[in-house]
Amino acid sequence: MLQFILKRLGLAVLVALTVSFISFSLLFLSGDPAAALAGETASGEDIEALRRVYGFDRPMLVQYGEWLWQALQGNFGESYYFKLPVASLIADRLSVTMTLGVCGITFALLTAVPLGVAAAIKPNSLIDRVALFLSVAGQAMPSFWFGLILIVLFGIQLGWLPPSGASTWRHFIMPTIVLGYYAMPAIMRLTRAGMLEVLNSDYIRTARAKGAGEGRVLFKHALRNAIIPVVSLAAVQMGFMLGGSIVVESVFALHGAGYLAWESIARNDLPTVQALILIFSMFYIIFTFLADVLNAWLDPRMRSS
Amino acid sequence: MALQRIADPLLEEITGPNPRQILRKRVTGHAGLLFGVGVVLVLLIIAILAPVLAPHDPYAQNLANRMVKPVFMGGTWEHPLGTDHLGRDYLSRLIYGARVSLLIGTVAALISGVIGTAMGVAAGYFGGKVDAVVTFLINVRLAMPVVLVALAVVAILGGSLQVVIGVLGLLLWDRFAVVMRASTLQVRRREYVAAAQAIGASTPRVILSEIMPNIANNLIVIVTLEMAHAILLEAALSFLGLGVQPPTPSWGLMVSEGKNMMLFEPWLVLIPGIVLFILVLAINLMGDGLRDVTAPENRS
Repeated sequence: MLQFILKRLGLAVLVALTVSFISFSLLFLSGDPAAALAGETASGEDIEALRRVYGFDRPMLVQYGEWLWQALQGNFGESYYFKLPVASLIADRLSVTMTLGVCGITFALLTAVPLGVAAAIKPNSLIDRVALFLSVAGQAMPSFWFGLILIVLFGIQLGWLPPSGASTWRHFIMPTIVLGYYAMPAIMRLTRAGMLEVLNSDYIRTARAKGAGEGRVLFKHALRNAIIPVVSLAAVQMGFMLGGSIVVESVFALHGAGYLAWESIARNDLPTVQALILIFSMFYIIFTFLADVLNAWLDPRMRSS
Repeated sequence: MALQRIADPLLEEITGPNPRQILRKRVTGHAGLLFGVGVVLVLLIIAILAPVLAPHDPYAQNLANRMVKPVFMGGTWEHPLGTDHLGRDYLSRLIYGARVSLLIGTVAALISGVIGTAMGVAAGYFGGKVDAVVTFLINVRLAMPVVLVALAVVAILGGSLQVVIGVLGLLLWDRFAVVMRASTLQVRRREYVAAAQAIGASTPRVILSEIMPNIANNLIVIVTLEMAHAILLEAALSFLGLGVQPPTPSWGLMVSEGKNMMLFEPWLVLIPGIVLFILVLAINLMGDGLRDVTAPENRS
């Protein structure tokens, strides 16, 4: 087990380093970051001056090394636009995004798992069809559009919920639904498929044969085994959701890290963009690492692969 | 003659229907697949015939005729779906928007398909170090937040159709690589591959004529699903203002432009969103249907 964790940790660190290099290199995609920063009206001397101030005149690998060294100590430089340290800027905004992410994945799990189980107990029943419809519709629904529809319907026509902002818990209801619905279809399908497979297995027949009650069979024997892959999928989805919160946050004007990403990208605020890409990637890497370890702990067969 | 008539059904009972008959039966019995293929075909024809079908020029502005209501809300047939905030005919923009979505979806899925298939097949076929490198690259790719990276790249390089297609094509290869790797691993140990290797077929030949035809079914399914993914992402990027740029008629951009008038004219947001939803739904149903029909054992 320890060997598995160490191997998996080594891989996670390597992936993190590669991602950090890519997110740093994005800055150089434009060819000349100093010119991009200075804007179209800047003179040659202004660009030259900026180049020296920000150290763009040094070799790229040297700049990367320094950036990474500073980033490891929690220093991501200063935002070009806000003129504040990027690290504190992001730290301020991250709580909104994390709240949204946790609410979103909770909503997704609370709807997807019961639906998936109910659908698997009675395949082709009405509830199975409803579940299938919800998941197929969810995969095709543009989340920004779904958000706007909810705003018009519940925020304005009915006036039940505040249409934008983040000051109370009621502001998080619609964004949670939109973000959660994005993750729900995959979780629902996996729960259903897992339950169907488990319910046909020998140990369920044994459990029934020895006279265990149906509730006990379903939840103690079946769901506990079917839920293992769902745990790692939920972790992966959580990582995707934090990255995907950029769309939801901009629709609902939630001033979280996703909204900050959108603002910084639109304003060419490269240090902030680099840091955000890196941080969102780190969340994904950490979540999947934890999920793999949890899986290996629950299911020893996973440790060998 | 009489004997023949008795023998035929009997023969069929003994030999069973041939694979083509089974396939035809499965296809015609699969409502989702038929619906998906039908809708996609109709939208494809609309996109191709856009210049003929569109009642107006999608770019022609008429500020005196702004936000005319659609015909079902009391408008006239002159503009069946009304006009937008610049007085452009909404139906014509919608029709031309189908071109943008289908073009981006198809080309991005093809680019990522080539990259992902090459990586996945190489990893599955050669194994060892190649497999380790490809698996690592898949991990790196999955760790990068797609929307964020795509937005950043489009912001730096500028939002043209080519840039959006290129970015999506270079980002969406992960599922191809994962599925093609797994499919190749399954196929590579089969007897016909060993037979081809035994008679001295070269590696490219084994891959192209033994492996590829046997994993093509899975490939087609992923192509459709990734096409839907690319179309949704393009719409999201355009909605955020960092995808296809105005005045190009993109459905995501139309939702974004209609957003400001959403309170008074909700149809400006509703119509392009519904069309986008239907297209993506149809492509997904097509993909799911193809999987059910070609490999019913993998049904989820």
